[in-house]
Amino acid sequence: MIRLSRLNQERWQRFKANKRGFVSLWIFLFFFVLSLFAEVIANDVPLLIRHRESLYLPLFREYAETEFGGEFETAADYRDPYVIDLIEEDGWILWPPVRFSYDTINYDLPSPAPSPPTRENLLGTDDRGRDVLARVIYGFRVSVLFGFILTFFSTIIGVSVGAVQGFYGGWIDLLGQRFMEVWSGIPTLYILIILSSIVQPNFWLLLAILLLFSWMSFVGVVRAEFLRGRNFEYVLAAKAMGMSNARVMFRHILPNAMIATLTFLPFTLSGSILVLTSLDFLGFGLPIGSPSLGELLAQAKTNLQAPRLGITIFLVLAVTLTMLVFVGEAVRDALDPRRSY
Amino acid sequence: MGKLIEVKNLKKWFWAGSAFGGRKQAVRAVDDVSFSIARREILGLVGESGCGKTTCGKVILRIHEPTSGKIFYDSEDITHIKRKDLIRLKEKMMIIYQDPFGSLDPRMTIGRAIAEPMEVHKTLAKGERRQKVMDLMEKVGLSSDQINRYPHEFSGGQRQRIGIARALATDPEFVVADESVSALDVSIQAQIINLLKDLQEEFGLTMLFIAHDLSVIKHVCDRVAVMYLGKIVETAPKKVLFSDPKHPYTEALLSAIPIPDPKKRKRGQILMGDVPSPINPPPGCRFHTRCPHVMSICKEAEPDMIGLNDSRQVACYLYDK
Repeated sequence: MIRLSRLNQERWQRFKANKRGFVSLWIFLFFFVLSLFAEVIANDVPLLIRHRESLYLPLFREYAETEFGGEFETAADYRDPYVIDLIEEDGWILWPPVRFSYDTINYDLPSPAPSPPTRENLLGTDDRGRDVLARVIYGFRVSVLFGFILTFFSTIIGVSVGAVQGFYGGWIDLLGQRFMEVWSGIPTLYILIILSSIVQPNFWLLLAILLLFSWMSFVGVVRAEFLRGRNFEYVLAAKAMGMSNARVMFRHILPNAMIATLTFLPFTLSGSILVLTSLDFLGFGLPIGSPSLGELLAQAKTNLQAPRLGITIFLVLAVTLTMLVFVGEAVRDALDPRRSY
Repeated sequence: MGKLIEVKNLKKWFWAGSAFGGRKQAVRAVDDVSFSIARREILGLVGESGCGKTTCGKVILRIHEPTSGKIFYDSEDITHIKRKDLIRLKEKMMIIYQDPFGSLDPRMTIGRAIAEPMEVHKTLAKGERRQKVMDLMEKVGLSSDQINRYPHEFSGGQRQRIGIARALATDPEFVVADESVSALDVSIQAQIINLLKDLQEEFGLTMLFIAHDLSVIKHVCDRVAVMYLGKIVETAPKKVLFSDPKHPYTEALLSAIPIPDPKKRKRGQILMGDVPSPINPPPGCRFHTRCPHVMSICKEAEPDMIGLNDSRQVACYLYDK
């Protein structure tokens, strides 16, 4: 366990005291960690196969059908009843809880896609016969990871820029502020639309483009903290003893600025998730076929005759974002400087 | 005894004025000041608030860049030395701040705070620093088992002791004490002053002791320089200055020291009016607007420093022969 300073222990206690935020954090983390293991939870490939005294791990290796006594030397299709029968003649199969991956198409649906929930497809299928539950699990993972990575890099860039502007002030600050005014005037959405007509955006390209603009939300607050902090007497004292500027910034001012930044993080995270969702909804997001909450949302809109699609995705999004906001509120209250001394 | 610090015609002007087109005006915080401090000497710098005492101290340490003039440290001109050399020099020149509450980072244990100058200048091996910190804490009258406490757990006087320990961490030769006791209670002031005197003797420090309180100056310093509106008006050995002030301003300052005896009548005069603005200092002698002995020449030309004897200078036409 990391040893916390007394101040941080108090903050942690205050955070824990906020039941709503604390519970939200654990629920969110539970689902996030769960979704990291999506391949084990929802997949069209068995986790483990026992066949003729030997074990097979199809998750990590492709096996030819002939290994199980089949006819073709192609990769075994585990959804094929013929293959399943072959294996189960002399062994057994351990399936994941959901027997579909995000791109598995269920060809034998009882009703035309989008089909209602069955025992096989717990949340039904979308209009291409893909399992909604699997797509939600994978989509959640992509969205949250995207949010985390975007937030992480935005914080690093935003805090650095804000720190330099606030610490040096003067011309650097003035130029930085004017640049940001111009830069924030560029409409992100148009840039994305234009770019996606030239290249097919993927996860990293999308991240890079959004990062071009998202770092600015941190600059204001960090800059203000540094403007304030650079005239603290202990900062001047550190400079007077010959400490380098970078070290003064890191050691003596950044801890103050991080409080304000930390308060922003959960809100930025939920914002990032929402941005990816809306881009996918509009069709300018992740490549076609990738699991994403926004793409499901778009399906819900085109298939109003199947309202469970819309209800599912609405609940997933609303619960995720609300939990993040609750966590954000708890963090904000825990770090409130008016209560810390 | 050689001179450790020498300052010649030092000027520090700040520029005040609006950012948009307005004419910028010079605030003459320090305006043509010259003095020197011998090794192991404590020079007191007194004056009203706003007269440029602190700025003067900070310019000598090159915390502020001087506008013009020269600063010598051990006969070496340090006015324009390179940053690398300056940082090396700062190991030998430290400052004790006025505010014992503001000058310590609230997030840092005092052990780390005191060790910080050693880290910056890499003076000792990492393992030895902690021992040195504990020695320093004992020297300044703190218990070394408080090493892991935070500044807010200490009183004002204790914090000032921490500030002193930090300033001494790299074994400096020259220390500027910037109003180091004025934020403290009178009873604590006495303790800290005595501590500073003891440490000065033990470490053989040269000090510039900045204060506005003459009774503090009287207790600590060997020599005193009196400052008025960015200029030094009189320098003299402490005893001489207090028994026989020459400059009318010094005289007025001395007569303003409260005497804790109701039977003794106050001699001298109380100064009327305020200190003029350092943006537009009055022509001639800066003190002429408030001087009881003002003559016509005072309003026209600035008086030069006149050496009355080896150790004593005064800038006043009364002594111009």
